[in-house]
Amino acid sequence: MESVGSIIMYWVVAIAIILFSVLTVTTRKILRSATYLLFTLFATAAVYFLMDYQFLGAVQIAVYAGGIVVLVVFSILLTSKPGDKAEKLASKKRALGLLAAFAMLCVSGYALLSRCGFFAKMPEMEEVGMKRIGAELLSSGEGGMLLPFEAISVLLLACIIGGIVVARKR
Amino acid sequence: MDINLMFYLIPSLIMFCCGVYGFITRKNMIAILISLELMLNAVDINFVVFNRFLFPGELEGMFFTLFAIAIAAAETALAIAIIINIFRVTKNIDIRDLNKMKF
Repeated sequence: MESVGSIIMYWVVAIAIILFSVLTVTTRKILRSATYLLFTLFATAAVYFLMDYQFLGAVQIAVYAGGIVVLVVFSILLTSKPGDKAEKLASKKRALGLLAAFAMLCVSGYALLSRCGFFAKMPEMEEVGMKRIGAELLSSGEGGMLLPFEAISVLLLACIIGGIVVARKR
Repeated sequence: MDINLMFYLIPSLIMFCCGVYGFITRKNMIAILISLELMLNAVDINFVVFNRFLFPGELEGMFFTLFAIAIAAAETALAIAIIINIFRVTKNIDIRDLNKMKF
């Protein structure tokens, strides 16, 4: 049995995730869509905080909410006039999208709900400190993450160069 | 009431389905990119939740999410560079008008 506070917190976060992700794909103004995406990302960070991964929640807010959403908003302002509205969807396209989403929801939801034995309560976990995260991220031994870490840094360098080459004026 | 695994997987599933819907129906390339972010985010939640509930002592799922966030940032930056380049050439980022690979 969990405390009343954490249950209330859970419902707030879950409803925020569902509501804002639906609004992200249904609103017709593109800038509003980006704003709702920002709220969805904040709710996701709240999920990470509820799971006791404070570092991951901070990374989510810093990188996604601070970096990606700002980038998206900048490019929206560069490529469309404010107040532009997406035109109404053709019903055929909309039906296709709804069909795909609902088919996926039904199949995956059925697969999830039919595995009732899979339900597990949240186990106790000691706090994951920065010291442990840093040690495991940069260890080359058993279960160490040094190789992916370096691969990601090379990828980011390649991405910087690629971004400059693609977007520069010719 | 106990909060178990399913209580986190269902919102993430709904988030993923919203991403699929937006990816199919949207016309603006940036809106498609936003839908893609939603899908990536839903998968990230799943990694963290499975790690927390099934293997609470390990950190692998959390690291995977960390790397996925970094890759998503790189992918978004590059995609936006491409979109801005397309906008410079065609003055339009509607996918129905982009039916040529070369201008």
